[in-house]
Amino acid sequence: MLTGSWPSPAGGEQYALSFDQQRSARVLVIPALFDEANKLRHFTVEVMRRLDAGGVDSILPDLPGTNESLAPLAEQTLTGWRAAVEAAADHFGATHVLTLRGGALLDPGTLSGVHYASVAGASLLRGLIRVQLLSDKEAGLPTTRDDLVARVGTEGAALAGYHLGPAMVQKLGSATAPEGPTIEVKQADIGGPGLWLRAEPAFDPDQADKLAALVLEQVR
Amino acid sequence: MSTNLPVPLELEGDTDLILRQVLSDVLGLSAERIADLDHDAGLFGHLPELDSMAVAGLLTELEDRLDIIIEDDEVDGEMLETYGGLLSYLTAKRNEG
Repeated sequence: MLTGSWPSPAGGEQYALSFDQQRSARVLVIPALFDEANKLRHFTVEVMRRLDAGGVDSILPDLPGTNESLAPLAEQTLTGWRAAVEAAADHFGATHVLTLRGGALLDPGTLSGVHYASVAGASLLRGLIRVQLLSDKEAGLPTTRDDLVARVGTEGAALAGYHLGPAMVQKLGSATAPEGPTIEVKQADIGGPGLWLRAEPAFDPDQADKLAALVLEQVR
Repeated sequence: MSTNLPVPLELEGDTDLILRQVLSDVLGLSAERIADLDHDAGLFGHLPELDSMAVAGLLTELEDRLDIIIEDDEVDGEMLETYGGLLSYLTAKRNEG
């Protein structure tokens, strides 16, 4: 497992984790978004380990504003993230993509590969708003759904611990995955409960085996 | 012994299974803990796994699997306090739809 960096189109270097031996098949892994990225990180890296064992390189770039990135999350936009993903694909010479959950929303749509359990931006946004409403309620704040939706759309707001700008929120609400040369792998194809659902991050080696096998089928 | 269950109870039986499955999937509770959940079993405030983040995930997953919409302003301590309370709420929601 290697760590490295790549030049982000918005300036500066972003971190990436990779299994890179300059092999012919190179999978760009586009991570799940927001809280689901944390819940699926272990799973994501374990799938990459299995791709490595299967003779395929994989690269997991940080999206600007997430993980080790020094860029402020509140200034990120979906358009900016898509540009960053394209730049990472070029920089690392990706031949395929594997997206997880909301990562499909950032797929440039040009490479073949797998969308795993992709989700519409509207569903992600609804979940983030719900967490924030519940958390405000627990804190005794009288936030209503309408207030919060209006506020995040105009000035941005912290949702479930993620400070999102208005441009991100507006685009997220209507974002869908591109119709590209990828196949959709649903949770039912993998078996077991989706690990992004877990309140605490969890890992399941059987699920990682199955997803990696399905990706290898597409890549080889 | 055979009985003819009226439709609402059958619906509750189906909802009961789905609710147990979703609790298992979201909270990662063991099969024994899931089986032990009876009508009066405490949920929010009783299960350490069920914090507000988990509640949001739970409700969203229940919406998907039961094909209902749960309004955020209907979510309160009472609805989530016991297993039986949540089950009744969900059964009523399905009957509306």
